[in-house]
Amino acid sequence: MTLDLPLIFTGLMGLAILAYVVLDGYDLGVGMLMPAADENEHNVMVASIGPFWDANETWLVLGVGILLVAFPVAHGVILGALYLPTVAMLIGLMFRGAAFEFRIKAEGWHRELWNWLFWFGSFLASFAQGIMLARYITGFHSGFGYFIFSIIVGGALCGSYVLLGATWLIIKTDGLLQKKALAWAKWGLIWTTLAIAVVSVVTPLVSETVRHKWFDFPHTLALMLLPAASTAIIAYVGITLRRLSRGSSTQEWIPFAGSVAMFALAFAGLAYSLFPYIVIDRLTIWEAAAHPSSLKFVLVGVLVVVPLIILYTAFSYRVFWGKARAGLYE
Amino acid sequence: MDTLDATAIARIQFGLNIGFHILFPAITIALGWILVGFRVQYARTGNPEWLATYQRWTKVFALSFAMGVVTGIVMSFQFGTNWPGYMNKVGNIAGPLLAYEVLTAFFLEATFLGVMLFGMRRVPGWVHLLATVLVAVGTTISAFWILALNSWMHTPAGHVIADGELIAGNWWEVIFNPSFPYRLTHMLLASGLTAAFLVAGLSAWRLLKAADDTAAKKTLRTGVLIAFVLAPVQIFMGDLHGLNTLEHQPAKIAAVEALWQTEHGAPLVLFAIPNEATRTNDFAIEIPKGASLILRHDRDAEIKGIEAFAPNTPPVAPVFFAFRVMVGVGMLMLLVSAVGTWRLRGNRTPPRWLLWIFAGFTFSGWVATLAGWLVTEIGRQPWLVTGVLRTADAVGAVSEAKLGASLTGYIITYSIMLIAYVVVLTHLAGSGSTKAPVGPGSITAEGLL
Repeated sequence: MTLDLPLIFTGLMGLAILAYVVLDGYDLGVGMLMPAADENEHNVMVASIGPFWDANETWLVLGVGILLVAFPVAHGVILGALYLPTVAMLIGLMFRGAAFEFRIKAEGWHRELWNWLFWFGSFLASFAQGIMLARYITGFHSGFGYFIFSIIVGGALCGSYVLLGATWLIIKTDGLLQKKALAWAKWGLIWTTLAIAVVSVVTPLVSETVRHKWFDFPHTLALMLLPAASTAIIAYVGITLRRLSRGSSTQEWIPFAGSVAMFALAFAGLAYSLFPYIVIDRLTIWEAAAHPSSLKFVLVGVLVVVPLIILYTAFSYRVFWGKARAGLYE
Repeated sequence: MDTLDATAIARIQFGLNIGFHILFPAITIALGWILVGFRVQYARTGNPEWLATYQRWTKVFALSFAMGVVTGIVMSFQFGTNWPGYMNKVGNIAGPLLAYEVLTAFFLEATFLGVMLFGMRRVPGWVHLLATVLVAVGTTISAFWILALNSWMHTPAGHVIADGELIAGNWWEVIFNPSFPYRLTHMLLASGLTAAFLVAGLSAWRLLKAADDTAAKKTLRTGVLIAFVLAPVQIFMGDLHGLNTLEHQPAKIAAVEALWQTEHGAPLVLFAIPNEATRTNDFAIEIPKGASLILRHDRDAEIKGIEAFAPNTPPVAPVFFAFRVMVGVGMLMLLVSAVGTWRLRGNRTPPRWLLWIFAGFTFSGWVATLAGWLVTEIGRQPWLVTGVLRTADAVGAVSEAKLGASLTGYIITYSIMLIAYVVVLTHLAGSGSTKAPVGPGSITAEGLL
């Protein structure tokens, strides 16, 4: 039996990117929520993501790494076309990563400045990722309509990350901050709903390839399961949020899990739209694939190491289980 | 000067990014192991001073690590944005090596750093010690893969060419290519010296402000001793690395020696201003037959000059000067650490002038590392991968305007971060801890807050 290596690596890259979007998504979301909180709350919020953000960002490196390993030609085409938003994202991530460390060691206006840079870096990185996504799914076309679409997706992704961040905070905090997080999560849910709707409607309009795939009659019915499931999850998360704000303390994890499920469904929809292209309408995964000798060499490592990574990641989440507290590391 | 072309800007930008990035791994690779040492000392003695020391230096480590992570992410993207030709041609070799770094090292260090920094009161002591060890192991494995790739670019081996692309014929030979053992050892020792002088330097800052800080006295001694042990080893290793380079990249050595023509009994040029136009050295101070003696252990041996490698010759002046900076700083580091070791023998109190010297040498490792990096990378030009791919053939189609704009963004970002980093580090060194340190696994009132 021969392995379809490009297909396997497409799956791995998809998983790495989904893991990145969910994991760094919640900590970027917490970063974007900073201006809505007071100083003591800032410390709790940062403490809730402090042990995890380094490893969360590693998934981005893995996603790009697999793109580079498995599809070296596409790596150059995609990142070349996304040059400026990529640079913006990187600068955002740098300020944000540095701010994690600098803000707790600084005092007075220095601390204020780093708090602000933490927020700004989180926002810049999230917004730039939205632009990259929009440019990618529309095949890097330029023009006013595409520009507006990019801005909308940029904002939409920020809103979705805020939802992840707020629902994460519901799990990791209590008292007044948790009340605030519930309110933020409601706004995030509205944003995310709009975002998914806009992207779902606009993407088939701007891309003929995507339109064909979604409105090819017998498949369309099966595909409608995706939006139906999304709608059900959104409703359930909405109901749970209301129940929690009325004082119920059980099921704190449901809004976060529901948000993750929404991301996974939206991601599956996108993956279906794009497959089998790695660069839409231009380059399929098989055309762009690296030499089998390289893919096999890396696959061995993936099969051995990724289960270990999952194990110790789970261990780390177990260690930091429970509500976050300010000042554990200053 | 005319406006810079895209290749030049792309090179400046990538050089700036790597140059900025390398500063932080240069610290963390060895500092991780120094932390293991502090942590073991605490586990062994139970002395809270070791715990305070460990916690103080984990902050430095965390800060340096975060800077290394974020600048490293930039590099993983810039392979694609700045050098698409590199990925097209050698992606089948470079990609897997980078992937193994992420898989085997990056996740390991990033995950256990969380446990190491925030988990002291949440896990048993031995788990916390293990987390510290795993972080150090992770940074070292990371260096292993990155140096394997970098060495391969200098001395490619183990590959075959298929349809104009390189693929690996033998991964063992790719990884353990001819310059890899020398380059890896040289870099690990460089990190050891960089971290040792950082530890000694910041401890000296502390002692200048608070002479009675016994913990700082301990770390000063630790840093000075490590430096004194490693400096001579590094000089010996550097010599072996140079001989290896002579064998595999003689053009680089010709540039290092500023030797324009092939000569028997080539002189050792101590100082000169290499002149690319006339292909001679101005204001040269030379030791006759010195280069032949050092490189071939024979006064009259032949050393190939720059001319012999035309047109594939690196620029001479930057390689020549950077090499002298590296060696000069290295020799000073040996001297300073020797004096320090002598003055601190038998637990003597360090005199203030010695503290000032070590404070002044806090970042000396950075200077030597950067200079050494310039020697090796500029010395490889015009090749990106020796004999396989020219730098000019790897550059992408990104416009000069975009490259210029992003370069400006990077320069501003890096300047802010570098200033902040140095300020925070010296601030950390100067300020004393008023809180009693809290041991692993023990819950205190503070921990329950």
